[in-house]
Amino acid sequence: MEAAALPAALQLVASGDTGLSLEKRAALGASLLLLQRDYRFERVWFWGCIQGVRGTYYIAQGLGPDLAAPRSRLYSLNCAEWSLLPPATEEMVERAELLTGRFQGDPSFEYAYAEVNAEDDENFQDDGKELTIKEENRLVATIEQIDRAVGIIPRRALMKTPLGSVHENRSFEGLSLTEAKKLSSYFHFTEPVNLKNKTLLEKADLDPSTDFLDSLEHDVPQGSWTVQFEKGSTVVVLRSLLWLGLTFYHVPMTKQYGYIYCGTGEKNLDLPFML
Amino acid sequence: MAEPGGDPGRLPSEGSEPGGESHRPQQLEAGAASEYQEVWPRSDPPGGLGKRGIHRSLTPMQYLCHPQGAEETSYKQHVPDINFSQIYALGQDSHQAQEVSVYQTYPLGTQEPRGAYQTYGGHDRYQAYEREHGPYLPHEPGYGLYQPGYGPYDDLTPDPEQRMLACQNAKAYLLKSSVTSGLNLYDHLVNVLTKILDEQPTDPVDIFENISKDLKAAQFQKKMDTLRDEHEILPSFESAEMRRNLFLKSDGGDEEREEELGGTPLPNVMETAFYFEQGGIGLNRDETYLIFLALKKLVSVQPVQTCRFWGRILGREKNYIIAEVQYSEGEEEEETEEEEVIDEGDKRMDLVEDEDEEKEKSEPPKSTYKPPPVIPKEENGTGANKYVYFVCNEPGEPWVKLPPVTPAQIVCARKIKKFFTGRLDAPIVSFPPFPGNEANYLRAQIARISAGTHVSPLGYYRFAEEEGDEDEEGGGGRDDYEENPDFEPLSAFEMVESLSTWVHHVPSILKQGRCVWFNPLQKTEEEEGEEEEEEKEEVPDELQQEIGPPLLTPLSEDEGIQNIPAWTASLSPKLTPQYAVAILQSNRWPGAYAFACGTKFGNIYFGWGQKYSLGNHTPALPPPVQPEYPDGPEIREATDPTVEEELAFKAAQEQKALEGMEGEEEEEEEELEDGEEEDEEDD
Repeated sequence: MEAAALPAALQLVASGDTGLSLEKRAALGASLLLLQRDYRFERVWFWGCIQGVRGTYYIAQGLGPDLAAPRSRLYSLNCAEWSLLPPATEEMVERAELLTGRFQGDPSFEYAYAEVNAEDDENFQDDGKELTIKEENRLVATIEQIDRAVGIIPRRALMKTPLGSVHENRSFEGLSLTEAKKLSSYFHFTEPVNLKNKTLLEKADLDPSTDFLDSLEHDVPQGSWTVQFEKGSTVVVLRSLLWLGLTFYHVPMTKQYGYIYCGTGEKNLDLPFML
Repeated sequence: MAEPGGDPGRLPSEGSEPGGESHRPQQLEAGAASEYQEVWPRSDPPGGLGKRGIHRSLTPMQYLCHPQGAEETSYKQHVPDINFSQIYALGQDSHQAQEVSVYQTYPLGTQEPRGAYQTYGGHDRYQAYEREHGPYLPHEPGYGLYQPGYGPYDDLTPDPEQRMLACQNAKAYLLKSSVTSGLNLYDHLVNVLTKILDEQPTDPVDIFENISKDLKAAQFQKKMDTLRDEHEILPSFESAEMRRNLFLKSDGGDEEREEELGGTPLPNVMETAFYFEQGGIGLNRDETYLIFLALKKLVSVQPVQTCRFWGRILGREKNYIIAEVQYSEGEEEEETEEEEVIDEGDKRMDLVEDEDEEKEKSEPPKSTYKPPPVIPKEENGTGANKYVYFVCNEPGEPWVKLPPVTPAQIVCARKIKKFFTGRLDAPIVSFPPFPGNEANYLRAQIARISAGTHVSPLGYYRFAEEEGDEDEEGGGGRDDYEENPDFEPLSAFEMVESLSTWVHHVPSILKQGRCVWFNPLQKTEEEEGEEEEEEKEEVPDELQQEIGPPLLTPLSEDEGIQNIPAWTASLSPKLTPQYAVAILQSNRWPGAYAFACGTKFGNIYFGWGQKYSLGNHTPALPPPVQPEYPDGPEIREATDPTVEEELAFKAAQEQKALEGMEGEEEEEEEELEDGEEEDEEDD
């Protein structure tokens, strides 16, 4: 969520375990602004926190003028000092998927590969050392996975220019109450996967400047999002059941929206059993 | 004063005196300019390009001269005649007589403008003008209008044809209908002026807008869309009303005051929330306050001894807010009595049915299968059912009581993993099939979470008078604990450093599903047996008594999951440790938190209600296929022998009997009889 809107947003999104104490919130208010200054970001998003066993990582994202460009990610252990994370590569994501269990809370902790497939034998180094992954890389990969899978924005909040860059839609006035209840009014904020597979008939109804992303309607499994009106139907809150801890909020008929992840950083693979 | 040039009645021609120019136009213009200003303050100057064509027949000079004779399509022209004529009188001697004569023809302020029209209409206006007015001078607006080539705008619309065209265009433009109202300007102006001239109000120029508006309103235009927009009733209104009712005083205002004085079961939710907030746990303050008020309502309705905000469980459609309540003595007994009555009634029914069944003769053999004995649930007020839980979806909604939990439900809840939907009557579709609906599942999860994660600082609770009962119950655990008046709190730092400073104060649930072990084999086989006495029996051969960790065990004995400790302790806020609060997070039940600060402590749960499992959840497999009845000769099928075969067999038997007749007749007869009986049955 936007750094500027953080205090108000946290009020709306508080599901009990956001893990942001007053101390942290106050620190964030100051340090996020400094991040913007130091790294010359156009806007800074507070992404959320990943709770490890011994410590918690607080993650922030910085964006440039084009919102579709790769984002810079930073992490901190105390919300005051931030370190830049390396950009996520596909290889990193694949390797991190093999790991299970909680984060430790120490960025330099090394995980040893527990499972070795036949394919991975090639990757073994000559001296027979097992592959290890640093927790930092696992962190990057997890954040990338979460963003790809469940990072969402309301429809028409962002616009795509004919040149291909994406920026904020200034005439976005918020979703109406009826629209806010439907999953089709929310888009995944990543490269679209299903868009090309739509039939021509469906594509005819779309507006290429605003409907350039996948909507949540066809997420598998169905039911992996919960849509709730909270605070007496003034805020619509979407929670993901696939990545437990991701909360998206939007106040209908206003421009306020954002998402935050506060959880252990593990995918809920038991979801089909739990629905 | 200019001297009258030529025939005063004649319109000025080209050869008009120059002398006459200077004065007359000046004064005329000076005065008339002001008149012009007044008369036509808001409209285009007369003779404007667009309208010129229309007013061609009546030049501005004509307006000046014949205010009443103006056409409808002209501008409003309430010309104060008197002033006007005076000006004219001043300005033009030559015209004066003519003017007067003209004016006399049409009496000032006449009430019958139509008459004026009529008389006027007889003449061609131009000609009348021509005859009656003196020659215009070139600078005057009306000059040379009727003389081609000399009009002031002649260069703009030189061609009469073009002027005609322009006139038609302008009129067409005026006739264009508006989309929104269906009127057009031409008709509207016609109507307005007709109305004015009909009614002849005083100062019509000042009320012109009102006249226009009234006319528009009077035009009854049927609105195409006859549906009225219904005022939208948003769902937020209802929930807002519910929440507002929390703030209104209920009827028992006086009673509440008495309760408050005497010590209330209502917990100080805000204080607990403050401590949790230090650790970043909890809902925002508004929600917490609403929950506080909702709890207050609960306390005023139910006779409770203690009450606590247990936590919030998220669901797919709605969330649950849960309150933990301990009833005062009287209430519990009533409920258990009801249940006993129901049980006894059932038992009697069963007895009657058994007798009936035995009387029937031909019935399939009774199966010898005895289902595993049902382990009875614990009494209300003890063990897992020590507290009663109330839930609601949103603060302000009425509280619903959850039924007590049975061991079977707990055992099953351990095997399944399901999200809550938010509706208490939703069925739980799972394998193994859960005995109950969502309300029971919720209660089972609450029991498990409470047993696993409710902790308190060491020393806060202590056992009631020790009676040395340890040996007797086999370490089954002591149920009673009470607050320790001598409790000395440790500093937050110490609380965080080592987990042995915290203890569980809720008995853990055994594998059986109860807190206190129940021996099912004790139960006699008839169903007439009454409520069982538990414990204090010799351990039977088959089942071993289950022993759980005793009450008030420190957390350091809690098993972790692989290499993750069961609890994570942290001090919060970190920068000011002298005032910090010790916060414990459970890793086995993500979402369970506990805090301790000085003499205060608390437990709370915010989460989805699921236990943490490292690997993937593997649901229980269905039981293996049961073996069939072993295949033996007694059930082997064979074709029935035919009649011929039977007779042949009989004959063979008889032959044998005849051969072996010595001392075996009786046996043979028996055999024959048996054979005959077999024959009979086969037939």
